[in-house]
Amino acid sequence: MRRVYLDNNATTVLAPEVFAAMQPFWLENYGNASSIHWFGQKAKAAVETAREQVAKLIHARPSEIVFTSGGTEADNASLVGIVEAARGATKHLVTTAIEHHAVLHTAKSIEKNGVTVSFVRAGANGIVDPADIERALRPDTVLISVMHANNELGAIQPLEEIGRLARERDIYFHTDAVQSVGKIPVDVERLGLDLLSLSAHKLHGPKGVGVLYIRKGTILKPLIHGGHDERDRRPGTENVTGIVGLGKAAELAREHMAEDSERMAALRDRLEEGILSKVPLSAVNGDRTQRLPNTANLRFDYIEGEGFVIALDLRGIACSTGAACSSGAVEPSHVLSAIGLRPDQARSSVRFSLSRYTAAEDIDAALEVIPATVERLRAVSPHYKKAAIAS
Amino acid sequence: MTTAIAMSGGVDSSTAAALLVENNPDGSPATASDHRSRVIGLTMQLWNQRRLPGLLGTEGDGVSGHASARCCSLDDVYDARRVADFLKIPYYVVNFQERFEATVVRPFVDQYLAGETPIPCALCNTEIKFEQFVKTALEIGAERIATGHYARVRQDQRTGRYQLLRGVDATKDQSYFLFGLTQEQLSRSLFPLGELTKEQVRAIARDLNLPVAEKPESQEICFVPTRSYRDFIEAYLAEQGRTIGDRAGEIVATDGRTLGEHQGVHHYTVGQRKGLGFATGEPLYVIQIDPAQNRVVVGRDKELFRKRFIVRDVNWIRPVGQGETIKAQVKIRNKHTAAPARVTVDGAPAFRPAHRAEEVTAALDAGLKTGATTATATVEFLEPQRAITPGQAAVVYDGDELFGGGWIARVL
Repeated sequence: MRRVYLDNNATTVLAPEVFAAMQPFWLENYGNASSIHWFGQKAKAAVETAREQVAKLIHARPSEIVFTSGGTEADNASLVGIVEAARGATKHLVTTAIEHHAVLHTAKSIEKNGVTVSFVRAGANGIVDPADIERALRPDTVLISVMHANNELGAIQPLEEIGRLARERDIYFHTDAVQSVGKIPVDVERLGLDLLSLSAHKLHGPKGVGVLYIRKGTILKPLIHGGHDERDRRPGTENVTGIVGLGKAAELAREHMAEDSERMAALRDRLEEGILSKVPLSAVNGDRTQRLPNTANLRFDYIEGEGFVIALDLRGIACSTGAACSSGAVEPSHVLSAIGLRPDQARSSVRFSLSRYTAAEDIDAALEVIPATVERLRAVSPHYKKAAIAS
Repeated sequence: MTTAIAMSGGVDSSTAAALLVENNPDGSPATASDHRSRVIGLTMQLWNQRRLPGLLGTEGDGVSGHASARCCSLDDVYDARRVADFLKIPYYVVNFQERFEATVVRPFVDQYLAGETPIPCALCNTEIKFEQFVKTALEIGAERIATGHYARVRQDQRTGRYQLLRGVDATKDQSYFLFGLTQEQLSRSLFPLGELTKEQVRAIARDLNLPVAEKPESQEICFVPTRSYRDFIEAYLAEQGRTIGDRAGEIVATDGRTLGEHQGVHHYTVGQRKGLGFATGEPLYVIQIDPAQNRVVVGRDKELFRKRFIVRDVNWIRPVGQGETIKAQVKIRNKHTAAPARVTVDGAPAFRPAHRAEEVTAALDAGLKTGATTATATVEFLEPQRAITPGQAAVVYDGDELFGGGWIARVL
């Protein structure tokens, strides 16, 4: 059975070049980047090269790049760090209802002791209106956090406009760019960002390593405490091998972006058009233009996404629905309900996400399996039968 | 033939899964990887224990502690996943939490408040395991489902009808909880443990080195983490924003004398002796709960012995005629030994003509549900039985075979 991986917004395969770049750091250059000796210097040099490679990808200065354990830590560090460092009896945070849980749950956890949070809704297209952000702002707003591209829909948010609002009012601006970095151009200057989170494993790098970009002059309290690593901003011995992998992945992403983006969009559109033409009562969720080139989120009326994803997996097609809870079961998607889908529509939605390595044959295989699988699920649906009889 | 096995992470369903993998249900030889794609492991996520943290004691995280008393705990899911991995079968967790709450938890709470003593496991079988689970199985391409219940299904070669029989291990027999199954559901169901004793199952699990071979039995009601269902009911109502209110009422003797006050009928169950809150010369027991008058009636032990009662929502697995009186044995709670009785079929017979396997989909589509019939029955025991309790299931047997069953509505 051909296994087709269409869940690249969850994680991606390591690029072979990244794998190769990481090799010397397991058994040979295993020093601690903070050590003064030859081993340490080798490691340090590799970390600094990676810092430059990442900085280049997002148009930042290397000194503004702090390595973390991943996107979730970077999100936590941004929200908690800004709120804790800010002065004032009351502090206000503006974010959106479609954020990843790393931002959403962090915001909810700090929503006490004089800290309040506004969760701005997105439109039916999955895009937040900057005017809604503006309306949510208050004199005590200390941080705006809006994701760059939504993980479920791929919808790209108008960060440039929001960045201008933040600049005008001297409010810190953070973005969770975990899904966008490496897939579309990200420029922290143009977007007016003070803080940005990214993760290596979403761009063919290794798991367990990410970056928090911190604009020079931004005052935030460190989340964790320890040694002097990462200029006191993130203690803990650097994950040198992972960081080297991230650096290489960032370099590759920059080199391949234009070409990858075009290829992925073409294949994604082929998948989407194929499904829409072969499967009745199917539709695309979210905006079809202002979105990542690799993401398609579709709903299939009268099916349960959970059963659909399992049925597809049993036929070799890996995709996803909503978010997984700790047991591995599917949780209802907060993103799809936030953009106004009915619970049954949200439950019938499935995400396909492509990568640099997705082949045309993968899409053909998916298009071979999907229509028949939808049909079988509908055959079991009492609502579908009723609707079919009624029409 | 693809079979979806419901895996709880316990030794029974794990062994059932192992037996399916070893012994392909359609009889073809078990070789290499080919048969393995034909068994799919599924765990039903039914309830999130962290919802009612007050019930979990000091930890409040619902993660640590022993798994056996906790429904759908991460430990149990982990165990099920380990077993599936060990057996090299595909495995998934499916989320039935909304439906479980609506069809099992809420009725459980409401029935207690209405003075009954509900039995959620039977309801869970009818509403979740053999309804939603069958639907999910069909969705993912499995034609049959299997569970670790100790019960047997047999097809009558002459009529084509499916029969439900007790498991051969009399001490573990779980057919009592399966009275609500329809012909459609029975035609889809496999019970790999039906011919085995618990000791044999344990031995098989050990022989196969199943990762859960030594796991202790789970007990009690799966979603009630402590032993106290009262605490659960009150915590759940509080979470729902439903106040329990002042439910105090009278405790009266069978002769009408008022003996004391109770704090709500949901604290009591028929046959209960402890916790009545007052001392008398001779032991007193709850004889009856009268929700209409919000009264708990107490009396002597011998007053608990009754003969006649009405059963509601009866599901007949073996066909019966309206008005017919059958001689059978009736079991009125899980630990009761079925006792001889005459059962009169009232209302419309719930029996539907035998549906062949291929008709299951159509039946499910038409929204046919078990236990939702208007059929009732009147049971008269030949000898009085102790503590006939509204809310419990009354299951009618002819020896090893189940005639059917329903819910005890009223003692006459």
